[in-house]
Amino acid sequence: MSIDVKANGNYEVGKDERVHPGKPVVVDRYTAGARINHWITATSLVLLALSGLALFHPSLFFLTGLFGGGQLTRIIHPWIGVILFFSFFGLFLRFWKANLWRRDDSDWLAHGRDVLAGHEERAPEVGKYNAGQKLVFWSMSALIIVLITSGVVIWDQYFSVFTTVEQKRWAVLVHSIAAIVAICVWIIHVYSAFWVRGTIRAMTRGSVTGGWAWRHHRKWLRDLVARTPHDKSGRTPAE
Amino acid sequence: MFPPVPNPTTQPEAPRFGEKDLIRRSASTVTPPAERQTEVAKLIDVSKCIGCKACQSACIEWNDTHPAIETNTGIYENPHDLTPDMFTLMRFTEWENPETNNLEWLIRKDGCMHCEDPGCLKACPAPGAIVQYSNGIVDFVHENCIGCGYCIKGCPFNIPRISQVDHTAYKCTLCSDRVAVGQGPACAKACPTQAIVWGTKDEMKEWAADRVEDLKSRGFENAGLYDPPGVGGTHVMYVLHHADQPQLYSNLPENPRISPVVEAWKGVTKYAGLAVLGIAAATGFMHYLVAGPNRVSEEDEEAAERLTGEGRS
Repeated sequence: MSIDVKANGNYEVGKDERVHPGKPVVVDRYTAGARINHWITATSLVLLALSGLALFHPSLFFLTGLFGGGQLTRIIHPWIGVILFFSFFGLFLRFWKANLWRRDDSDWLAHGRDVLAGHEERAPEVGKYNAGQKLVFWSMSALIIVLITSGVVIWDQYFSVFTTVEQKRWAVLVHSIAAIVAICVWIIHVYSAFWVRGTIRAMTRGSVTGGWAWRHHRKWLRDLVARTPHDKSGRTPAE
Repeated sequence: MFPPVPNPTTQPEAPRFGEKDLIRRSASTVTPPAERQTEVAKLIDVSKCIGCKACQSACIEWNDTHPAIETNTGIYENPHDLTPDMFTLMRFTEWENPETNNLEWLIRKDGCMHCEDPGCLKACPAPGAIVQYSNGIVDFVHENCIGCGYCIKGCPFNIPRISQVDHTAYKCTLCSDRVAVGQGPACAKACPTQAIVWGTKDEMKEWAADRVEDLKSRGFENAGLYDPPGVGGTHVMYVLHHADQPQLYSNLPENPRISPVVEAWKGVTKYAGLAVLGIAAATGFMHYLVAGPNRVSEEDEEAAERLTGEGRS
């Protein structure tokens, strides 16, 4: 173990992340706060996608019915955007450190094909997040900045006087392209959570099984185990 | 003198155009009528305008709008700009002609040009909020408008304005309600010098040609008709004494067209965007079919138990 700890000495593990030995081993991955924060963001993103797509393509205009008509969709969409921005900012503060790019991540990414084909063992061991998750995190962070900025420019009801029509034209184009990319990233995010079984409980109940951590985030598990104080009961002091 | 439209009869008559005459409808596909109505046009002869603003008054009166009373800021324009309550506006320019050293007062009646290729309609996301009739009139249907302001981005002339009262877009209707019963627009009716005349588009072009010839004989050698081809021609046209420099007239665009940014947004982005989303979802689905779920095995759980066991020892 000690060798691993040295190798991973620079690795961040959260102070609320704990290993509970047993059969199976259970590992705390997300605090209740992080989970609530995530689901506020998730709900906002889905509502934004639905209301945004309604105004993006005529064939999807019927989606305005979900929001009480076209006028209400136009009113609500930017406000949900504001909620998403602050909510995502909360997630960003929680997770940015664990998402910093490391050399291993590039190696892992080079094994992307193996991972997708179900041969994760051929890729380097992964910390709390793998390279794919990190890319989702950083692309969403960048896209949300682009979306809120361009979104304010085209929020005519309050901000129309601050920009020229030409700037608004560019903003609306950038906003729609960024939104499409963001929805694609969201599809990747949701599909991955669904494909990698045992993942969704991390965001619902907050914990994963030891096997899940061993299989997908072995370095993270090793660090957590190494950090756990060595006492006879095998329990951490807080328990 | 161009023969003005005669006064209406007192007998009610059926509207001369309506839903069945739509050639375009925003965010929808329409089957265009088999036969197009004669295209109409309003011709604004800038060289004849005396700046009396009777057209503005007539517009306010007919459309029953109530523009706010503003403060005099030392310019002739009143109000300061087009507003949701002011569909037409006399824009005044004092220009010193470098060739003649004469001060010229260029007064242009601004308002919707009723483009043959309307940018507002193309940008509009709400089905039926903007319509184009086969006679060329582009009209806003307020009950369908959602107030998003996309029409403002689509318009090459910066015409539509969003009301802060009912949050829908307003602009000149070319008095579609008057035209429907055989009348001309209120502004044309009120104009005392026939600077605004009304008729079919062909009649207006002919009339304009006479006017241009007359202006040329008076020394305005660059006089001409403003019917910009970049938007497929317009159903409001200008006779300009300096048609080679339309920007003199309060920045009338020289070659107006729907912005390529708007075309990209409403064209390739719209279709490619949905396609990309579809491909992303389909790729996920295919991957699942081919690769199956990524499940944690019994060995994984055992390995974790061994690891935590080591950690405790």
